[in-house]
Amino acid sequence: MDDIQTRLQKSSRATRQDYFGKAICYSCIGLIILLVACILYFIASKGLATFTQNGVKFWNFLTQSDWKPGDVDKYGNPQVGALPMIVTSFSVTILAALLATPFAIGAAVFMTEIANKKGAKFLQPVIELLVGIPSVVYGFIGLSLIVPFIRGIFGGTGFGILSGTLVLFVMVLPTITSLSVDSLKSVPMHYCQASLALGATRWQTIYKVILKAAAPGLLTAVIFGMARAFGEALAVQMVIGNAVLMPKNLISPASTLTSKLTTEIGNTVMGTLPNNALWSLALVLLFMSLLFNLVVRFIGRRGNIKNER
Amino acid sequence: MKTYDFNQQYISKIDKEIAISTDNVQVHYGKSHAIFDASLDFPRFQITSLIGASGSGKSTYLRCLNRMNDKIAQVDGKILYRNTDINSKKINVYEVRRHIGMVFQRPNPFAKSIKDNILFALRNNGINDKNELQKRLETSLKDAALWDEVKDDLDKSALALSGGQQQRLCIARSIAMHPDILLLDEPASALDPISTSKIEETLELLSKSYTIIIVTHNMQQASRISDYTAFFHMGHIIEYNETKNIFTAPEIKATEDYISGDFG
Repeated sequence: MDDIQTRLQKSSRATRQDYFGKAICYSCIGLIILLVACILYFIASKGLATFTQNGVKFWNFLTQSDWKPGDVDKYGNPQVGALPMIVTSFSVTILAALLATPFAIGAAVFMTEIANKKGAKFLQPVIELLVGIPSVVYGFIGLSLIVPFIRGIFGGTGFGILSGTLVLFVMVLPTITSLSVDSLKSVPMHYCQASLALGATRWQTIYKVILKAAAPGLLTAVIFGMARAFGEALAVQMVIGNAVLMPKNLISPASTLTSKLTTEIGNTVMGTLPNNALWSLALVLLFMSLLFNLVVRFIGRRGNIKNER
Repeated sequence: MKTYDFNQQYISKIDKEIAISTDNVQVHYGKSHAIFDASLDFPRFQITSLIGASGSGKSTYLRCLNRMNDKIAQVDGKILYRNTDINSKKINVYEVRRHIGMVFQRPNPFAKSIKDNILFALRNNGINDKNELQKRLETSLKDAALWDEVKDDLDKSALALSGGQQQRLCIARSIAMHPDILLLDEPASALDPISTSKIEETLELLSKSYTIIIVTHNMQQASRISDYTAFFHMGHIIEYNETKNIFTAPEIKATEDYISGDFG
């Protein structure tokens, strides 16, 4: 009996393994949290320096449309107005998502509900391949195909929001499609059976039962696609024209937050206003991706509550 | 495991009006043969139960009757409903399922309100008249003995109901379409005894105006509620007779062994 008593109170190899495993997990998580915190702090401190050290008014940064960080206007204020880039970024993102969503959900419905196993097996790697193509390749294709095409049809230079939208459309299509496929696959089989057993047609079943049940997941897919489009730099930069002008129409050269960052960051000196202003753009981007993430979280939570009740 | 001779069969003739019948139905899942030569006649406005061990093919057979095996299994043979072979390729399956409803083992209401669950099929069929919808909503819930429990919460989510209520909602949802025949695949196996007895009462009431075919694992249930019983074993129908005969004087040894528990 004594032996068992002492062994109950002593640590063993198994309990030490538990501690060791836990310690590894916590330190990995800790490192990741530290990294995220550092990035947030660095971008925030650099980005906010524009407003704290260089005296640019935050409101002007968001609402003015003159971007000449090196110059001052006639009152002596630096000209750091990011509105054209914010507008362009949102335009290409929203247009690309609007264009891609019907195609993506259509493809996802086809893959999960309509195609036979062979068709779905063929399409899956095609979609995955599209996700994996580097963005510079998309940009290059956009530059050599889409830009001349648009120039031919609408005139002008061919660079602009429309070209950017079309390139982003192709880029976010596979993202939205594959996430939509996951969400449609997670709709319980018995929903589908219940609907069919009630005499509903295949179309009624897809439209009224499956798509409705998968709606939170589909919305999440679209928002992930938008986050990707919003953050995409290289491919957009190659086709958008890179002129910091308020976009007048879909085919005038413009510039997004990301494309401005990639083209300018090498031409500025650390610590000066032009450099700090670019960090402010990065801060806006960071804030937007946080926002996208929060929206996804919110939708996920609401979807869960609905399913539990 | 005991082996039985599948050629020893006893299928009693039905001298009542027939609602649906099958003639030499064969089911294959890929290469495996799941149902052999199933020929049965189901009398109108009666409850017929299908009993047998797990994997004996009774659910598979039931699912043939409203074409729910489409794309899952290969079904050959004739299924006669109103002198029409509904197993033919040319048949409109959606129309078949409107006349032959089905309730599944697990309660599976949609994540919609109680009202929308009931009206789902009606709206799909273009019934939009408000009075008609309200009438059907009320009568089908009353027929399924659920009205008194939910009449004040018709807009509440169906998933907030208890398991037994959900299953009765599924029955109500099926009969809202006024089908001829109601197929039930172990409707009470996921429910507690009180909910089960409520379902059984409901079915007995419904059998006045519907032909009911029910798959069940529970032999007391079969003997309590059904008028006719078919015993399935390994894809073969061994015996089909009036329930009282099957449970008191089975003709075939396999049936007797199964009913007395001395089986397998």
